[in-house]
Amino acid sequence: MMQINCPWCGLRNATEFKQHGEKPPRPDVATTTMEQWHDYLYFRSNHWGVVKEMWFHSAGCRQFFTLHRDTFANKAIRSEGDPR
Amino acid sequence: MTSSEHNNQPQRLPTQPNEVIDRSKRVTFTWNGKSYTGYEGDSVVSALAAAGERVFSRSMKLHSPRGVLTGSLHDPGTIMQIDDEPNVRGAHRRIENGMNAGSQNTWPSLKYDIRSINQLGSRFLGPGFYYKTFMKPDFLRPLYQKVLRGFVHGGVVADERPAETYEKRYAHTDVLVAGGGPAGMSAALAAAETGASVMLVEEDHELGGHLRWADGDLARQLRSQVESTTNIRVLTNSTVAARYDDNWMAVVQRSPKPGMHERIIKTRARSLVVAAGLIERPYVFEGNDLPGVMLSTAVRRLINLHSVRPGQRAVVLTANPEGDAVVADLRAAGVDVAAVVDARAGETVVKARGRGQLQSVQLSTGQRVDADLLVTAVGWTAPTSLLNMSGDKPYYEPRSARFLPGGTEEGVYAAGGIAGDGTAQELIDHAASVGARAAAHALTERGQKIASAPTVAGDQDGLAQAQLPDITPLHLPEHPEVYRSSTHGYVDFSEDITSADLVSAVEEGYDSAELVKRFTTVTMGPLQGKIELMNFIAIIAEATGKTIAETGTTTWRPMYAPVTLGALAGRNYDPVRYSSIQPWHDAHGATPMVAGAWIRPEHYGDPEAEVRRVREQVGIIDVSPLGKIDLRGPDVPKLLNLLYTNKWSKLDIGKVRYGAMMSEDGVVMDDGVTAHLGEDHYLLTTTSGGAGRVWDWIEEWLQAYRPEWQVHATPVTTAYTSINIAGPHSRTLLSRLTDVDLSADAFKFMQVRTGTVAGVADSILWRIGFTGELSYEIHVPAAYGLHVWEALLEAGKDLGVGPFGIEAQRVLRLESGHLIVGQDTDGLTQAYSAGLDWAIKLDKDDFVGKPELLWQQQKQAGARLVPLQPLDPTVVPTEASQIIRDNGKIAGRITSSRHSPTLNRSICLAQVDISLSEPGTIVNVRLPDGSTIQAKVTSQMSAVDAEGTRLDNDTVPQPMGRFAEPVARGPVALGAATTRIGDWEVSAQPSTAALTLEDQSALAKIEVRSQANGAVAQKLQTHFGRTYQAEGGTLVIGSGPGQWHVISEVDSQASALADLQQLGDDSDELTTAVDLTHGRAMFRLTGDESAEVLNKLCSLEFADDMVPNGAALRSSVAGVVTDIARNDLSGQRSYVLHCERSSGQYLWNTLLDAGNEYRIEPVGFSAG
Repeated sequence: MMQINCPWCGLRNATEFKQHGEKPPRPDVATTTMEQWHDYLYFRSNHWGVVKEMWFHSAGCRQFFTLHRDTFANKAIRSEGDPR
Repeated sequence: MTSSEHNNQPQRLPTQPNEVIDRSKRVTFTWNGKSYTGYEGDSVVSALAAAGERVFSRSMKLHSPRGVLTGSLHDPGTIMQIDDEPNVRGAHRRIENGMNAGSQNTWPSLKYDIRSINQLGSRFLGPGFYYKTFMKPDFLRPLYQKVLRGFVHGGVVADERPAETYEKRYAHTDVLVAGGGPAGMSAALAAAETGASVMLVEEDHELGGHLRWADGDLARQLRSQVESTTNIRVLTNSTVAARYDDNWMAVVQRSPKPGMHERIIKTRARSLVVAAGLIERPYVFEGNDLPGVMLSTAVRRLINLHSVRPGQRAVVLTANPEGDAVVADLRAAGVDVAAVVDARAGETVVKARGRGQLQSVQLSTGQRVDADLLVTAVGWTAPTSLLNMSGDKPYYEPRSARFLPGGTEEGVYAAGGIAGDGTAQELIDHAASVGARAAAHALTERGQKIASAPTVAGDQDGLAQAQLPDITPLHLPEHPEVYRSSTHGYVDFSEDITSADLVSAVEEGYDSAELVKRFTTVTMGPLQGKIELMNFIAIIAEATGKTIAETGTTTWRPMYAPVTLGALAGRNYDPVRYSSIQPWHDAHGATPMVAGAWIRPEHYGDPEAEVRRVREQVGIIDVSPLGKIDLRGPDVPKLLNLLYTNKWSKLDIGKVRYGAMMSEDGVVMDDGVTAHLGEDHYLLTTTSGGAGRVWDWIEEWLQAYRPEWQVHATPVTTAYTSINIAGPHSRTLLSRLTDVDLSADAFKFMQVRTGTVAGVADSILWRIGFTGELSYEIHVPAAYGLHVWEALLEAGKDLGVGPFGIEAQRVLRLESGHLIVGQDTDGLTQAYSAGLDWAIKLDKDDFVGKPELLWQQQKQAGARLVPLQPLDPTVVPTEASQIIRDNGKIAGRITSSRHSPTLNRSICLAQVDISLSEPGTIVNVRLPDGSTIQAKVTSQMSAVDAEGTRLDNDTVPQPMGRFAEPVARGPVALGAATTRIGDWEVSAQPSTAALTLEDQSALAKIEVRSQANGAVAQKLQTHFGRTYQAEGGTLVIGSGPGQWHVISEVDSQASALADLQQLGDDSDELTTAVDLTHGRAMFRLTGDESAEVLNKLCSLEFADDMVPNGAALRSSVAGVVTDIARNDLSGQRSYVLHCERSSGQYLWNTLLDAGNEYRIEPVGFSAG
């Protein structure tokens, strides 16, 4: 099982986290077209390599953070932000 | 040896220097009903072999007799039934007194197996025979299945299995060494020397590997060094069965202790050393499966470890020094070595003959030698499984006639024969350098882990980036490629696949190893390729004209060795949640139902009577699972405006509003009412079971997208016991118990008040109605839940009060036309399809899902939720019945349906296409039995009370009456010994056990939220990851970033809350304090072995340098998110654990179950 370095808690098992995937920016609600909105909802780069994802340490500190993950090796490369 | 023993064990040799049997301990067991005697340390097979037995099983397909081949765990011919346990590896399992062993699937007996007649037709039982023959005609397939199952080589599972336990637990180690031979022991010793913690896992019953028969003195010397090294943990009779990402290993421990069959230790290692040794492979020639044909390692095990003479007259085929050594062993054992055939000189064995067992061997010289033993030593298979699972791609080296590691990333290493060749000393030296490097890497990683953990006080000494010592590679092994003779023989002994079968599969067009494997099932038997893989690849290479390197291997996948399903399942730890009223429900005949993780009363015997009681008198229902989230801060209205589709800016204090929440795709996610309780203070409710999801959703928006908003969200679902009081008499009933003015003018529909109920302060009273009746929902601090419930039943006796369950509530809400998210909606139901038009305010600038709802409204498409009335009112169409158009197309479904006792007819809600949603439309409903009924779309969602006249009546409040003294109860059922501390009834159970569990839920618990490193944090004197023990016993736990739990003595929550709120008022940061005394179950686990208990339930590493005294962390314990604070008691290891109150009883039971092996005892509450 992959380990993830939570910026707050340190190394923990991946099962303590929820993966929220890549998070494209939310379009402006007032001006968005249906196509832009559906891109935001459903389309992800699904890149083979290092992707930038949002993860949630749901069974730990309950913080959301950014994780760079290698989808080929399924390895957590680094997490963003050192709060301490 | 007495003469009688000599008679019983005619093949037993005199004492051998390296034997593992204890001749002073005789063990008696049976084999196929007959009694045998062996010695402690004997395997079933060695004891039987000493008695002269040579046949232990019949092969799977042809039922030919099979004897010892490898003499190890991986021996295909010695799989047997032991008592109730099928498929036991008989050459590995040790004998015990009274054991009943028997051969599997032989009938009428092992000696005369009638199905051996298959051998006569073997030419027709070629590869793919089953696929080709037993397919047509289809109607015969069940018969084929039944007949063929009789031929399968499995054991028997008794219908009634005796009680036996299996277990899973977690472990952490710096270095895990797989394999306890000379290389494994040497690597372990070298790693341990640097201070690393080491786990050494050996498949066999004792350490030593091949040294046990090759050099017993050296084996003993290394073994005693290992055993005297305290930081090496040795697991014998265990297998590292799998390696997953980041060195996450499944270590399978067989028979770890009496009564426990198997255990999986989920082990996280910072370094893995694979020192699995080499597995000897059989030689392929005609007759190679006859009992009496053995591998050299099997013979050397039998002679040296078990002191058994393997035969009387032997032929030895050797291609290596180990084969040469077996000749000396045989001679020393008094076996007549009739011929030594040297494969290196081009000689070989062509054919083995015999009826039932080996009688003669035909050599390539044409010579025929009478013999009852043929020993082959033709080469090795490197069991690279764990390396492959680590990303290694081993390559085939023709000069070595085996696969060699291709290399992996730092953290995974190979040592011993798997890595190369050398003298024993060279292998030991190499392994020592591997162990040192593995340890250096592991200790660096350990330092990094400690540095990244918030649980360690003070500064960490700089991260010394250890120099990784070099490893001098071993030299390349030299070995001739000896795979098959000029004849065909068995390749896969488990599946009865011969080299001829493989060649014929290639001729049929299956020209790659992966295809041949799937077509013939070669390597798919119990051994999973361990002894057959190399021969299989070599034969395929030969048949396809490729090299072995070009042919490549099939993929090694977990598990490396068989694991029982029991071990995979482990103990059944499945979290359940209980309301504080559950003991009453249990005692009063409630039929339990599972709702999410909650156990709830479905009804108390007669749900229709419960419905009538609510409509006519008054009923009470336990709705504690209703999700409740406390929201504080100036920006709560902004948050509510964003998450709900309607408007929240103008909700006055004391008022309640309904809201529906969407996902960004416009699909209904949750709904509920939210109360404005005070300045910057709201209480949001969610669907039962939706609380966790909504809490996550709130945090996501606050943390990721609106970090500037000042809002603190705290789940308080189980801090309160929630009771709905519904029915015409509900005002009368509740007024007798509360100081809140319930008069119709003072407390209107959709309003909220706080006050006392049955003497319980800080209760929250809502006037809302899911049932369509005048009703109040009360939230009382959870420890008093049962007290208030009983007070309501007592106070309302004259009013006809009684409980009602979920089923009655579902009928009542359906009669009133209220939807349930998840029942009347699904994962595609957008808000307009749920009939929520009235709650959607598209004129707001923004809310989650707004664009989607705008488009849905413009398109006027999709389904609509409508009330539906079957034309025959006696028919209750099953939920999920389909709405069918005249052309047969599906146009919707029934989402809810019940018989209404109030109206005495069926009532339904349905999702139908918008074109069928006009009131008056007649639709066809297809029932599950295929019949079709007609139903009419009606106009009113509420079937019982369209005008809402029942939501109030002319009852007036009565003066408060008498009720019992409030009693506060913890989440855990009490035993006989109890005592009172203030309002609290707590356990007074004495215990002197070394390991104890104490329920401390009565302690006051305040949650404080503020900036992680602000002024408040300074005043609280601790930060996330650490605790602060204040004078007077108050414990401040840094539970999360900007989150603290302040624990103080019983009944001190009011003063503690006031103090902590003052802290917030004095600071510039948003600081809030919420009383969670009733919302958290809190236990103290004390004793030296407490970390061991936790590691049965929790994956965290509790080493002292990572979780020292004063550390605080949160993780999953037995599937429940639990806060853990290490708070040693006068030097004794102790952990304070707290979780949601509703999970308390489950966590308590689970901790006691896990601690059972350490003789844990519950102990009474001491903190009073």
